[in-house]
Amino acid sequence: MKRSSLLIILILLIGIIYIGRLFHLQVIEGKTVNPINSATVKIEYDYPQRGYIYDRNGKLLVANQLSYDVMVIPKEAKNIDTLHLCELLKISKEEYIRRFEKAENYARWLPSVFLKQVAKEDFAYLQEQLHKFKGFYIQRRIIRDYPINSAANILGFLGEVNELQAKESDYYENGELIGKWGVEKYYEDELRGVKGKKYFNRDNLNRITGSYKNGENDTLAVSGKDLTLTIDSELQQYGELLMSGKRGGIVVIEPSTGEILTLVTAPSYNPNMMVGRKRSAFSQKLFSDTINNPTFDRGLQGVYSPGSPFKILNGLVGLQENVIDERTAVYCYGGYRYGKRKNEFMRCHCGIYGRPIRLKKAIAKSCNSYFAEVYRKIINKSGDTKSGFDNWSSQIKSFGLGNYLGYDLPVGNKGLVPDAQFYDNRYSFGWRATTNISNAIGQGEIETTPIQLANATAAIANKGFYYTPHIVKGIDNKPIDNSKFVTKRLTSINTEHFPTVIEAMHEVFKTGTGRFSQVKGIEICGKTGTVENFTRINGEKVQLPDHSILIAFAPKDNPKIAMAVFVENGGFGSTIAAPITSLMIEKYLNGEVKRKNIEERMINLSLKETYDKQLVKLDSLETIKE
Amino acid sequence: MRQLKNNIFENLDWITILLYILLVSFGWMNIYAASSTDTDKEILNFSTRYGKQMIFICLTIPLIIFTLFLNSKFYEQFSSLLYIFSLVLLAGVLVFGKKINGATSWYNFGGIGLQPSEFSKAFTALALAKLMSDRQYNLKLIKNQIKAFIVIFLPAFFIALQPDMGSVLIYFSFFFVLNREGLTLKYFILGVSTIVLFLLTINYGTRIILISTISILTIVLFYISYKNKQFIRFNWPVIVIGYIITSLFITAVGYTYTNILEQHQKDRFDILLGKIDDNSGIGYNSYQAELTIKSGGFWGKGFLNGDRTQGNFVPEQDTDYIFSTVGEEWGFFGSSLVILLFMILLFRIIFLAEQQTNKFSRIYGYGVVSILFFHVIVNVGMVIGLLPTIGIPLPFFSYGGSSLWGFTLLLFIFIRLDAHKKYDY
Repeated sequence: MKRSSLLIILILLIGIIYIGRLFHLQVIEGKTVNPINSATVKIEYDYPQRGYIYDRNGKLLVANQLSYDVMVIPKEAKNIDTLHLCELLKISKEEYIRRFEKAENYARWLPSVFLKQVAKEDFAYLQEQLHKFKGFYIQRRIIRDYPINSAANILGFLGEVNELQAKESDYYENGELIGKWGVEKYYEDELRGVKGKKYFNRDNLNRITGSYKNGENDTLAVSGKDLTLTIDSELQQYGELLMSGKRGGIVVIEPSTGEILTLVTAPSYNPNMMVGRKRSAFSQKLFSDTINNPTFDRGLQGVYSPGSPFKILNGLVGLQENVIDERTAVYCYGGYRYGKRKNEFMRCHCGIYGRPIRLKKAIAKSCNSYFAEVYRKIINKSGDTKSGFDNWSSQIKSFGLGNYLGYDLPVGNKGLVPDAQFYDNRYSFGWRATTNISNAIGQGEIETTPIQLANATAAIANKGFYYTPHIVKGIDNKPIDNSKFVTKRLTSINTEHFPTVIEAMHEVFKTGTGRFSQVKGIEICGKTGTVENFTRINGEKVQLPDHSILIAFAPKDNPKIAMAVFVENGGFGSTIAAPITSLMIEKYLNGEVKRKNIEERMINLSLKETYDKQLVKLDSLETIKE
Repeated sequence: MRQLKNNIFENLDWITILLYILLVSFGWMNIYAASSTDTDKEILNFSTRYGKQMIFICLTIPLIIFTLFLNSKFYEQFSSLLYIFSLVLLAGVLVFGKKINGATSWYNFGGIGLQPSEFSKAFTALALAKLMSDRQYNLKLIKNQIKAFIVIFLPAFFIALQPDMGSVLIYFSFFFVLNREGLTLKYFILGVSTIVLFLLTINYGTRIILISTISILTIVLFYISYKNKQFIRFNWPVIVIGYIITSLFITAVGYTYTNILEQHQKDRFDILLGKIDDNSGIGYNSYQAELTIKSGGFWGKGFLNGDRTQGNFVPEQDTDYIFSTVGEEWGFFGSSLVILLFMILLFRIIFLAEQQTNKFSRIYGYGVVSILFFHVIVNVGMVIGLLPTIGIPLPFFSYGGSSLWGFTLLLFIFIRLDAHKKYDY
């Protein structure tokens, strides 16, 4: 080896590596670099109309209005007469410096929003004056307008794209509007359309000298698509009215399609407050309200024990598993003893002492003993607790409980349907059906959201199947073709088991707990519930007033409407949830409500005192803790 | 000697000079592109960076003439003196120098800055050539190796005090000179494996590298003993010491990295190793430079049409990041051409050095090649994202009088020495 060869080889090697790297960077990766993304080209955006949103009857829910933002490109802002500009924009000098620095920190060479949504009356004068200030200009933008003060939780709102999103996205820029909640968020891509771009060359003094490459890269704005929701806005508004002064949710589903007719959460807010200059102050208030929690959609996210309505599902599983039939009788002596110890006794208020109770009566009178017995039989059927329990669990889950339903709104909760593994992890000892006997009456570990309950009700009304609930009916007047929403989902219960249960549910409104909420001419089937609830304060269990709950569908034959109503701390299901349900059904099926006195009572009924009392309770305990 | 006086220009190696002129003028064009603003396009505006560089380039002409007209024996005879002179300058700058960007590297003579470390490279090369061209000098002796190391690393030591780690790194390039004169590759392998172990340790953590290095060493040992069947005749003390030193080194690197290095120093390594992805802080320069180069494509955007260059997206674009300008405005075509030009220049000097009958000239020529080579590797490697951010100039390209004159001096002393050989015999 010649002595000079080491250096020669190294020079050759490194030369090849470097040229190879340059080839990779410039020729291979260089293709992906967008030549337009540069300083000499100015981009002007043309923002398209965002899609309108209608209800199922074609009533306009969300429209657009114009708004004007003052934009700045910090690098270009030179020799600014700050005082004059501050005067023009009606801001202080400190405010000017703060806003300018914020824009500079984002990117010196990219546009940032300097002042949002200038008042319409200021716009004309500003437009005239602003050309004096290099780097500043006005950007026309389209913001939302809500003709009806309703359904804020469904419609959602728009918000600004933040810095992080803007940097990660190749579409959005800092300060542009994007759907942040509700339908606006879930259907952002459909609603927003595509913004148009016009490219201009600019010269050294930043003047536009003409279109870039004769406009060959320019694109036209594409309008957003209109959405038609499954919501019946009249029913929605009526539901919101009925829920005034209460906390909770109403979910109404059309059983034959899975379309969500109403999705009320209370308390809610006026969607128009999330638009315009008042927005920032209002949204701060909105999101920091941890007491009323108006941004928490109780219909979708609220998890509660299902209570008595859950007994229906247990009855159905019992029939399916053939551990009972409609003639099977159980005797109740004021409760159900499931063990020898004194506390191993579940009390029952059915009031039928020592006489045989059969399925129909058990549902109508909500007998705890009956369903405890059924539950025990289901779990112990095969002799193996775990496989029996897993079988029960999967049958319950076939009603859409225990997991996200897959509807087209961005928030939700899984709820909980435990399986054998769950209790294995929880208990170190061998557990049996009696260990979690509360599941029989919907009070144990079971947790559901109101929309899950409404969906399960729809499945009962359909006698064994449901369609995934959804909120959008059509996009640009074309029916949605999402296979997720048009596929029939079967429950594990055979059709022949349903009529008995449905008769029993009808009995509830004829002679049972719902009898005071009958509507003339409509056969309502339902089941009330009263759910105990506790909160843990300083590790101590504190009982709060019961939740009022009800599931129902109507009419009995060929059901048009299935629903779940939940009123937090509303006491007995029959006192608040049942009247509200019957009013909703009457409104939807008859178009008008004749029972004005009940209607008035429900609208005016406020649980504020109960909630305030709770607040005092929590507060006082918290002060003690401190 | 009479011939010399009459025909100095005929004896010059015009290929090298042509390459030099090409590089310097192309370099200036890129400085012009990088530093001219929308309002200053006047070439003879001497308040601008490109205007100043124009003056620096013009001033190289008297420097070149002076260098060429000195007798070639002068460099050999006065090399020690020049070397000592540069050491004095390096020591002096620590006392009288001006602090810029955290390093005391500059003398300030009435507004004109001078960076002695740019000149000391040439003088170190001279001194090393002088030392090693002595007939008594035998590089196989440890004593002589140490002498050479002292000559090389004494100026590096002063520069490290400034501190200017990029320039210190350049002094390691003299290994190639030593290698040419008979130093075995052992040192090179040792050096490379040190760097590799260093980077691996930083990237994967002390424990993993420690375990895997020791297992690999052991496997290699077993393999060698199996092949040669001389297990018993191993030099056990050396092996044991080797194990200990390796382990200590890895542990020390790991410890230094996690416990001693400051965050901004760690960041440089972390970005290079891809451990963190940073486009705004310390990695901003490299990220912008890479993006700028990418945007050039195959043919580039054309002279003065690089909008990222014109928009000042890359900081320090006319000095350390000048290569990104080439990449954007001249594309893959131009940037690979620059690398090819440098390669041709280096090969030409090696070719000339090998022809020297005088040992002094040959060693000096290798010094020139090594220094230029290292500068190009480190600078271009940094700009194209293959090496961490180390601030050293690209020879003949980067803005700055000191570096331009330093490299001119370095190259033209060799051209002068080379011109001499043709009529020496």
